[in-house]
Amino acid sequence: MRRERAPIWIAILAASGAAFFVVPLVGLVVKAPWGDALQSLTSTETLEALKLSLIASLSATAVSLVLGVPLAWIYARIDFPGRTVLRALTTLPMVLPPVVGGIALLLAFGRRGLVGSLLDTTFGITLPFTTAGVVFAETFVAMPFLVLTVEAGLRSMDRRYEDAARTLGARRWTVFTRVTLPLIAPSLFAGAILCWARALGEFGATITFAGNFPGVTQTMPLAVYLLLETNHPEGSFILSLVLLLVSLAVLVGLRHRWLGSA
Amino acid sequence: MEVRTALGALRLDMKVQIEEGEVVALLGPNGAGKTTLLRTIAGLVPIQAGHVELDGEILEEPATGRYVQTEQRSIGFVFQDYLLFPHLSVLDNVAFGLRARGAGRAEAGRRAMEWIDRVGLENRAGSKPAELSGGERQRVALARALAPDPRVLLLDEPLAALDATTRVAVRRDLKMHLASFSGVRLLVTHDPLEAATVADRLIVMEEGKHVQTGTPVEVTEHPRSRYVADLVGVNLYRGQADHGSVRMPGGQVLAAAGAEAGEVFAVIHPRAVSVHRAKPEGSPRNVWHGRAHGVELYGDRARVMIEGEAPIVAEVTPAALAELKLADGGDVWLSFKATDVSVYPA
Repeated sequence: MRRERAPIWIAILAASGAAFFVVPLVGLVVKAPWGDALQSLTSTETLEALKLSLIASLSATAVSLVLGVPLAWIYARIDFPGRTVLRALTTLPMVLPPVVGGIALLLAFGRRGLVGSLLDTTFGITLPFTTAGVVFAETFVAMPFLVLTVEAGLRSMDRRYEDAARTLGARRWTVFTRVTLPLIAPSLFAGAILCWARALGEFGATITFAGNFPGVTQTMPLAVYLLLETNHPEGSFILSLVLLLVSLAVLVGLRHRWLGSA
Repeated sequence: MEVRTALGALRLDMKVQIEEGEVVALLGPNGAGKTTLLRTIAGLVPIQAGHVELDGEILEEPATGRYVQTEQRSIGFVFQDYLLFPHLSVLDNVAFGLRARGAGRAEAGRRAMEWIDRVGLENRAGSKPAELSGGERQRVALARALAPDPRVLLLDEPLAALDATTRVAVRRDLKMHLASFSGVRLLVTHDPLEAATVADRLIVMEEGKHVQTGTPVEVTEHPRSRYVADLVGVNLYRGQADHGSVRMPGGQVLAAAGAEAGEVFAVIHPRAVSVHRAKPEGSPRNVWHGRAHGVELYGDRARVMIEGEAPIVAEVTPAALAELKLADGGDVWLSFKATDVSVYPA
């Protein structure tokens, strides 16, 4: 690469931009009450929240994979009227304030909601304020990340490999599972990781739709917020740090494996 | 096998008939529709009219709505850049078609291994395509296409992805492997040498249309289009024969010993054309005046492009090139005998 010196104003603004991200993170690390760390981390509440967070976010990722990959395939391959509108609708949660998403979910799947009342009266299933509700809320917010990433992967793959598989006698499903999916594995992996990270950090939709019950719907971000608001702010610092480390690990992992190390 | 198709933008309109056991090369310039024709036979591109028929079975016919899916056609396809599945080993690539057509894992593996042996890659079975050389990939692609025992083998520019040195060896191997397969073999190429060495019969196509069919010898001796003439390296004219002469559409007249009557092609080999700086006196019946406007080296000879009564190429020795200062261009005279003009009906 050519050696280039940055103009002074660009350098100053860029440094401010970088500091904007670095300073809060440093603050978190420096001000964390390291002495109480072990105690905060091993308290029953924290462990429950951590366990619930992992279960819910992994379940949301699994649901997103099962439903999102076919959706991405349809978007990438099938030209149907209303595709653009539908894609916009399913991408909306990426930009929608999560709390609005939570309210929408409540109105649809709540006990008196559009579909929720039917679920309640017919099957006796209620989603709000259950762990399943947490998975619902997280999937709602996180799946678009997976769909977009996988769709991009499908669009950029060389479809002639699929042609080659078909000339060898492979039916469409075989082509999809044995050729298409392996070829888009990088996008699949990146999409799943982004989706999982988003689900892990989910707050707004979860607290709105699923509530904040320790052990049932109280995930890590909710526990952090609760600790901060009540009489135990130091505990929230440590939990924040845990979430920070998880995010950092995801980012580093992604960068090395799939995004190149430019 | 018979294919007649008409396709949108390209307007492919071809009738191709290939007999069992024949190796046919489809020869034509880039954009002639050769690859598209292969893809229509494979069912990867739908046809709008005509039909695709194999062994008496109609595979596709828009008029009756019949369409057999690609995966149900008994075809093997060797793609131009091979398209070996990058995530599968050589063995799994070759076994893919067998597995897809219902063979069990062990059975497919065993039969794939036989094919890998046949193309001489037994110690590469576990390698990924990215670890292979171009020539090895080509052999894997061939084995993969042939392993499910198709009735038709389609090859799209099978040597184009190789560099010149490996091409010679791979071409020889390809000829050998093609000979061991008994079904219909259709090969697309724009390389006349490849076509002539591998195929029993050539089909020349240009702009989606059939131009000429024949054995390699027939096609090279009697080219019927500028494209083929250029490939073979001869001067080709078309005109009206009239007992000893050929009148071209522009009014120029060629003295041609064999000309009788009717619409004909006339071919003059560049070797037969002599170049002079002054008007030649002598026996040749054809004497043209023209301007030299380009020189190309052609083996140990030089080919001079001349704008004469009609454009013509003359072949001279490098010594003559220097002596006549032909590289500088300028006015020249050229002559060729009436007996050196080969004439055949158009």
